[in-house]
Amino acid sequence: MTGYAFRLYVAGESERSSAAEANLRALAGALLPGGYELDVVDVMAQPELAEEQRILATPTVVRLVPLPQLRVIGDLSDPPRVANALGLPGELQEARKEKEAGGA
Amino acid sequence: MREANAERRRAEAEAETRRAEAEAESIERTATGINGFDQMAMGGLPAGRPTLVTGTTGSGKTVFAVEFLARGIEKYDQPGVFVTFEEAPAEIRRNFASLGFPIEQWEAEGKWAFVDAADSEGEERFVIGAYDFGAMTARIEHAARRIGATRVAMDSLGAVFARFADTGIIRREIHRLTSALTALDVTSVITAERNGEYDGVSRYDVEEFVVDNVIILRNVLVQERRRRTVEIVKFRGAVHRTGEWLFTIDPSDGFVVIPLAFLGSAPVPSSTTRVCSGTPGLDEMCGGGFYQDAVVLLSGPSGVGKTLSSLKFLEAGAAAGDRCLAFAFDETRAQVLRGSAGWGIDLKDMEERGLLRLVCDYPEVASLEDYFIRIRRAVVEFEPQRLVIDTLSALERIGTPRALLDLVIALGAVVRQRRITTLLTSVPISRVAAVQTPSVARELSSLTDVTIAMRYYQTAGAVQRAIAVLQNRASAHDAAMRNVTIDAEGMHIGDPVVLLDSPDTVGMGRPGSGFTGDDL
Repeated sequence: MTGYAFRLYVAGESERSSAAEANLRALAGALLPGGYELDVVDVMAQPELAEEQRILATPTVVRLVPLPQLRVIGDLSDPPRVANALGLPGELQEARKEKEAGGA
Repeated sequence: MREANAERRRAEAEAETRRAEAEAESIERTATGINGFDQMAMGGLPAGRPTLVTGTTGSGKTVFAVEFLARGIEKYDQPGVFVTFEEAPAEIRRNFASLGFPIEQWEAEGKWAFVDAADSEGEERFVIGAYDFGAMTARIEHAARRIGATRVAMDSLGAVFARFADTGIIRREIHRLTSALTALDVTSVITAERNGEYDGVSRYDVEEFVVDNVIILRNVLVQERRRRTVEIVKFRGAVHRTGEWLFTIDPSDGFVVIPLAFLGSAPVPSSTTRVCSGTPGLDEMCGGGFYQDAVVLLSGPSGVGKTLSSLKFLEAGAAAGDRCLAFAFDETRAQVLRGSAGWGIDLKDMEERGLLRLVCDYPEVASLEDYFIRIRRAVVEFEPQRLVIDTLSALERIGTPRALLDLVIALGAVVRQRRITTLLTSVPISRVAAVQTPSVARELSSLTDVTIAMRYYQTAGAVQRAIAVLQNRASAHDAAMRNVTIDAEGMHIGDPVVLLDSPDTVGMGRPGSGFTGDDL
């Protein structure tokens, strides 16, 4: 039981799709040492899954577990904001450093 | 120099050939099935292409989009996908049930599919980094493939704009979406918001550059009356009627473009049967009664005998076993019944025998377009052989002169198709729009088959009535202006009026103008 499960909706094998997946994996890897589940859905191949969750934009990541479900649209290129938007625990090292730098 | 000329000629010849080829490859159309719209669009929307339909809030965009799919299913058995950004599918199903569109049933039969892109409440949404609408496109394609759709409607892009503020992305994505729709080979309608009625085509001024075909729906107030029009702004070089056309959104017929919805039906051969006008002398003046399919315009100032003539026309109809439909404006039912009883005409009895339907109304309760739909529906339901509208001038108050002409054109098409003898009355000069009316009246008379004028004139200190048949298409008629007397029996037409001096007409607005076409 990991406690965190995500589904990432992407459209085809584009640069944007792989950037979103890499950004998400890096972030979750850093913040969720207990592990997590990530399921990548290509909406071109499985449009019915996009229909089910009424996804419009790609990439979109949905935090399935824990509830409530949370969604973030985009290639997830701003890790601290993504962490915040997906309700991930802890703080990123860079964010901490920035804060410390700001406080000094 | 000669070479340059030759080069120019060659270029011209090539251009000529290309033009000819382009014309030969005439653009294929998808008939929408929307009442009157295909006549306006000369066949329908360019097939396999997207068309942008823009309008302000409440201009009828959603109705157009829904009907585009619904009529496609009803009339052409063409399945369609409805992409909704604003209203939830449940709302659309419910709102259009009254137009007789069984959307839920069509969904079950695989003829209609929703792609629900409406914003759901309370959903957390963050945008971080670049994105596109790949999922939306994939869902539309999926739905279209699943039911074999040939039509797609999207309502409305404005909602997408409100949600995702980046217009650069929107412009690119609309382009991508329209390319995807074109690749699917579906004919599509995409609606978009406008800010003002005569102010740019669409809200963000980008949509129309992406789409080849643009239609504008307007909803404006003219003389404190709501007036809806539809205009085809561009159509990928395809022929279409230009200008703004009136339309109405009827509670049961939906979107109806007037008068086009009623024109262009197969012509019915002219009737040679004559029917009795109810006023014996008048039948003689018209060469033996009105033709059965005639539209008769009777004009005259207030009190001269128009209503009496129309009552006699109804009485004669009922006597011949004809079903009569009568619209009386500006009088209550009680007033009409009392007035007719005064002439010994029992309208109630005619109604009980199923020979009369009397509709008394103040026209102000509806718009001119709606009135036309009302009249037409009564004609379709009651199937009369005779129709009376007393008076058309009452309708002038609720519409522009142009709208009134459109109504008479449309009405003419409806009644001629069914060979209904129609008597329209009008007041020569309107109390309200005195300036415009004479020319409208002149145009009106060109749309009718028989034009009769009744007037007052003055002799030796007495005011008298006169009648003249000014026009009687395809038939000889009496050219005389005859004296009219009215007594308890009704109207009697007498000898030609003999005057020593030019007639000094009364109640004409312009003294001394006599009987001319200008003041019908």
